[in-house]
Amino acid sequence: MKNGKYLIISAFLLFTLFPVFWMLKISLTPDRLLFSEGVVLWPSKITFDHYYAVLVEGNFPDYFLNSFIVSATTAIMVTIIASLAGYALSRFQFKGKIAIITMLLITQMFPIVMVIAPIYNVLTMINLVDSLAGLILVYTAFNLPFACFLMQTFFDGAPVELEEAAMIDGCTRLEALEKITLPLCLPGIGATLGFVFTAAWSELLFALMFINRQSQMTFPAGIMNFVTKFSVDWGQMAAAMILALIPVCIFFAYIQKFIVQGLTAGALKG
Amino acid sequence: MSRFLTIRFLTPWYYLAPTILFIFLLVLVPLITGVSYAFYDFDLISGTRDFVGFDQFSRLLQDDKIFSMSLINTLFWTAASLFFQFTFGLMLALILNKGFRGIRLIQPVLFVPWAVPSFLIGLMWVWMFNPVTGPLPYLFEGLGIMEKPENLLSDPDHAMWGPIIANIWFGIPFFAIMLLAARRTIPNEIYEAASIDGISGLDAFRHITLPLMAPTIIITLLVRAIWIANFAEIIIVMTNGGPANSTQIVATYIYDTAYQKMDFGYASVLSIALLFLLMIYGLTLGRIRRKMTTYV
Repeated sequence: MKNGKYLIISAFLLFTLFPVFWMLKISLTPDRLLFSEGVVLWPSKITFDHYYAVLVEGNFPDYFLNSFIVSATTAIMVTIIASLAGYALSRFQFKGKIAIITMLLITQMFPIVMVIAPIYNVLTMINLVDSLAGLILVYTAFNLPFACFLMQTFFDGAPVELEEAAMIDGCTRLEALEKITLPLCLPGIGATLGFVFTAAWSELLFALMFINRQSQMTFPAGIMNFVTKFSVDWGQMAAAMILALIPVCIFFAYIQKFIVQGLTAGALKG
Repeated sequence: MSRFLTIRFLTPWYYLAPTILFIFLLVLVPLITGVSYAFYDFDLISGTRDFVGFDQFSRLLQDDKIFSMSLINTLFWTAASLFFQFTFGLMLALILNKGFRGIRLIQPVLFVPWAVPSFLIGLMWVWMFNPVTGPLPYLFEGLGIMEKPENLLSDPDHAMWGPIIANIWFGIPFFAIMLLAARRTIPNEIYEAASIDGISGLDAFRHITLPLMAPTIIITLLVRAIWIANFAEIIIVMTNGGPANSTQIVATYIYDTAYQKMDFGYASVLSIALLFLLMIYGLTLGRIRRKMTTYV
């Protein structure tokens, strides 16, 4: 049984990491060996030229910084706003609740490609085209519906009794939410943060359409620079991708504290 | 008293206001504009558009063979991707919940695929499936699935499995994170109490874990299915709907109609059709969810 667990985890690790390993290999293979050596697990010679090109010659440090600003801000904004909405959906019975939920759901069903031009017009109106702030607003809006549902299910799982007790003891509803219920929902908050951060981190279409200035580009849009009309610079692209995974790993390493800790504080005892 | 009543009546709307504002301005208004395209015929050369009413809808209902084909493909693509993503994601979540040595290092790594931009996922798997650049054809040959190391993506009968495998790779972490978080919110006390009553193992899973995770399971299945049905990037990069439309789903067909044929009007008609079908699915699952949340 114990060995079985490790066997399954190894299988997951292999499936997850093998394609990443393959990209790592491509990023380290000198250009002239890329197609000439055939399919081999490791090239006969490795080079760090692609990493040098990405980190020193290109704008990638800027792109990563922009991506980080956009993703972290979006994640925090969405989590706060969705916590409030999820709380309302979980704790109140009110007219129009079904309508709100249906509206949130329908927003997820229409293909993004059909709303790009209209959103562009909205951004032009509020003068936020070609800026990180505009991108953050759009990402926030598009990540909110699912985040609301998610927070709602987590609030549904947290007992109302503790909150009511706190309110009887003189807390306002917001205080009770902040001091009692939110800590109980830490895993959900962690999951929401992680979900929104990565969604914003990897989004390409909006970033490509709404951002023109090099200085405002995020990493997925920046990486498209390697795809020109005539060829793809595979080595540099792979190097950029490998580098982009590192901040995400760090972010998840940080977030997992919330997800794992959860109820260990023992708030429900007694 | 009346003041108390208005506050009670208004309170949920205060909490919902920021969400509604964002969604109304940046999602709902653009969406309605997008839907309105369906009633116009766009002329790119003159840059004008003519109001044509429901004309373009009849084209969909009468003679669009690619649409009916892509509808079946969408069903297969969504069902297969969702089934494997969910099954493996749940498995991973339950193992991660148990914990093991090195989990702090391994867990963030397992979540990585979710953070890779989808076009890069597509490119990555194109490399993996290509016999000139990737190992998979040789693996399939070794396993006896293929007779010769060939590119799965150029076989019309099985090409859809290419993007599906890439999508499974991408989507497992989503379910793993969400379900792990849901599992973590179940207090240990419940399991302790159950074990006193002699309930443990598979029984505890069936009677405690699954019912308490059900709301999260249903909402993730619901939303994820909608996303997958709409998720065109991986397929566009890997096969562009080919060979012979064998990987054409409605979402890729919409993309193709809008950006290759520049027919935004008809693309909008297709989008509305997809929206309509997804709404039926959503309403059905939503009803089940409401039953379950009131039950829990």
